[in-house]
Amino acid sequence: MRNLVTALLVFCGCAAAAENTAIAIRNAKIVTVSGAVISKGTVVVRDGLIQDVGENATVPADAIVIDGEGMTVYPGLVDALSTWGMPGAASGARGGRGAAAATPVATATPAAPAARGPEDRPSTTSWIKAADEIQPGDKRIETARNAGFTTAAVWPTRGFFAGQGSLVDLLSGEKAGEMVLVPSLGQYISLARAGGGGGGMGGGFPSALMGMISYIRQIYLDAGHYQLVKDAYAKNPRGMQRPEYDRALEGVIESKRILLPANRWVEVDRMIHFAAELKQPAIYYGLREGFEDRSVKYLKDANATVLVSLKWPEKARDQDPDAEDPYRQMVIREKAPTTPAVLKKNGIKFALYSDGLDTPRDLQRAIKKAIDNGLAREDALRALTLSPAEIYGVQDRLGSIEKGKIANLVVTKGEIFDEHTKIEFVLVDGNKYVPAPEPPPAGRGGAAAPSGPNNGVRK
Amino acid sequence: MILAPLGAEVTVIQNATIMSEGAKGTFKGSIVVENGKIKEVGDKVMVPPGATVVDAQGQYVIPGIIDCHSHIAVDGGVNEGSVSVSSMVNIRDVINPEDIAIYRALAGGVTAANILHGSANAIGGQTLVLKMRWGTDAEGMIFQGATPGIKFALGENPKRAGSSGGGRAGSAGRYPATRMGVEDVIREAFNEAKQYKATWDAYDAQVAKGEHPLPPRKDLKLEPLKEVLEGKRFVHAHCYRADEILMLIRVADDYGFKIKTFQHVLEGYKVAKEIAAHGAGGSTFSDWWSYKVEAFDAIPYNAAVMTKKGVVSSLNSDDAELMRRLNTEAAKAMKYGGMSREEALALVTINPATQLGVADRVGSIEAGKDADIVIYDKDPLSNYSKVQKVWIDGNKYFDRDSDVSGRPGKDLEKKKLADKEKAEATPARGGRGPQ
Repeated sequence: MRNLVTALLVFCGCAAAAENTAIAIRNAKIVTVSGAVISKGTVVVRDGLIQDVGENATVPADAIVIDGEGMTVYPGLVDALSTWGMPGAASGARGGRGAAAATPVATATPAAPAARGPEDRPSTTSWIKAADEIQPGDKRIETARNAGFTTAAVWPTRGFFAGQGSLVDLLSGEKAGEMVLVPSLGQYISLARAGGGGGGMGGGFPSALMGMISYIRQIYLDAGHYQLVKDAYAKNPRGMQRPEYDRALEGVIESKRILLPANRWVEVDRMIHFAAELKQPAIYYGLREGFEDRSVKYLKDANATVLVSLKWPEKARDQDPDAEDPYRQMVIREKAPTTPAVLKKNGIKFALYSDGLDTPRDLQRAIKKAIDNGLAREDALRALTLSPAEIYGVQDRLGSIEKGKIANLVVTKGEIFDEHTKIEFVLVDGNKYVPAPEPPPAGRGGAAAPSGPNNGVRK
Repeated sequence: MILAPLGAEVTVIQNATIMSEGAKGTFKGSIVVENGKIKEVGDKVMVPPGATVVDAQGQYVIPGIIDCHSHIAVDGGVNEGSVSVSSMVNIRDVINPEDIAIYRALAGGVTAANILHGSANAIGGQTLVLKMRWGTDAEGMIFQGATPGIKFALGENPKRAGSSGGGRAGSAGRYPATRMGVEDVIREAFNEAKQYKATWDAYDAQVAKGEHPLPPRKDLKLEPLKEVLEGKRFVHAHCYRADEILMLIRVADDYGFKIKTFQHVLEGYKVAKEIAAHGAGGSTFSDWWSYKVEAFDAIPYNAAVMTKKGVVSSLNSDDAELMRRLNTEAAKAMKYGGMSREEALALVTINPATQLGVADRVGSIEAGKDADIVIYDKDPLSNYSKVQKVWIDGNKYFDRDSDVSGRPGKDLEKKKLADKEKAEATPARGGRGPQ
């Protein structure tokens, strides 16, 4: 393996050479996801795309050949709702230690005065796109890739209208632009103020949940009206007062779908009704109580699509050992990880997402927990590959190993999601990355490049 | 389990002492419930074939208790306290059918409640009436057909809320800081609402003429105030002092709308005639006062005095705990004010039904009304009595026997889960096992 890395490094200097060079993985087991498993076959990758796949795929003469004996090739994993690469989002420092103090928000801008109503557009940044904010140097891009993730739907998550998500490939480099597959996936809506706090009285509008819901409703009414007035003005501007430009409404209008938070079954019900009222195509995220019969019923009736958080509820760590949680809370802890299996059984479209987890160990454990709670391994894989691709409408490019699709692959020794499985390497847009054997020890100090310089081989 | 909206079962309650709160008064007899409605009430009734017969020998039956002022079953805060006029928010958006207070209220004989926004704002959020249909979803909780409301609040709360300087004049914080300011906020809001209504009326007239004008902007803050002006939404006004009660009546007269109920209204006895003349109800506490300066002048005779002066009066809880024992709150009006048993019970049944505009549906046990019925083992006006069974729309939502007998099973289930969690946690805490 080491030899190969060095060999590839030679090509690195010349972009053109790298782009033309094919990589062929031979004699490997290929889990295509879209079709049958190929027990022994070849995948050929060129120009960042899958050139060929099959039992007898031809290996081009110029290809770098990797012997995949004993290896399995999977499509690269996709995080259906992520903050990897987003500035100011929760950082990987938390690890598995449970939520420590909230990560301080980057405070470049002075605090806005308390909003007096919807007209002040509180906690709204509907116009920003993750693609424009993403930081390619974010350490979490590398750690997530080490866990087999090659793609993420990255979303701004702070505020009522947090902004527009983007689908990005997890490349390490300088140019965020190269990473972007889809610049706008829709609008992320949360029912929490940006920067937290502000509850109760005196924190500005809105402070209560009903205020937040009312605010979102008003924004959609305003957006509809704004569009109407703008259209009228465009048709016949003469003699008509020009409508005032409103970036908050522009951002909402250009978002083709919304993400709505729904953890409890009560919230699933509430948000499905809300999306119908707003007449917006919606995806619901969270789904802690997705296992509940009622959640299932509501989701089925609405033909809804959901993103299930991999951060399973846990008992508070610093709790008095003798203190008893309410029964309901214990049931939720017990049943939450069965949600993916329940959704699968009921034919509800779902994908899984990291929700702040970002180390290979935490991610692997969380996925394993869903499998241990009844989700078939192949369904877990689908929920992390082809399903998110379908949900975001990029199944023609992503999510399975098929000719012509983007060359995002994970190559393992052992079954993916197993505790002792080793990820040999990852291809992202055909670029090969070899995970570091261990997480870098603290105090490595003075390393040349910002992130894992010896891991990535870039064109 | 999601119950059908109307109980399909036929139920007959026999041999009970029925305090009907209707024309028949109190008598010994039977009730026939069919399709969620009371079909027949009388000394002797025909038992339809296939009916479930409940023998209530020695027990009392009353109409379901109605709480005219409650804040239960609300998710994410009852106060949108950030602004002085928060009419854009609606309790309907945040109903929490999982709130255990619903079940506790049922166990206290409550079958319906007016769920109000808090009192942090001169004009607060939109409110609605729920039935305590425990086990259903948000939509299933709603008392369909009941007129929605809006909360107003006078006095200390709206002038103190959201002001960092404790509401003193001149301190930085939210306007208003005085009672004068509260009046001004309400007047300003209705000035705006009138203008808004005029704009929409003009638009509607143009459309009716076949024209195609651009519609005005829909404003969620002013929509419910427009509805108040049109008489489509009830005003429930939190208040204490006589002077501010008179103030709000003047404001309402000036703008041409009605106050449906004065809530708390601890000094209502001082201005009962004026309240009655306006046509408003008074929903007060039995004997809860002096928790702040504006609540010093209260008397336990308030409900009785207001009733005597012609105000439709009720007793409310404003509190999940007090909500469980409104029957004995009503009983206090017999000691303070010398009300009869029927008059006292009316304070938590037919009177709040009248105040909420649903007296044709609930509040008494009479043929044709919703089958919202409570059985007590003893006199409901005694604090030794316990609720035995509660029906809403003919569906049984509470049964003391099955509640009590179900407890050991629930405890066992919980213990099992707790033990399992402990067992799973132990190896992790103990470090490496022998492997």
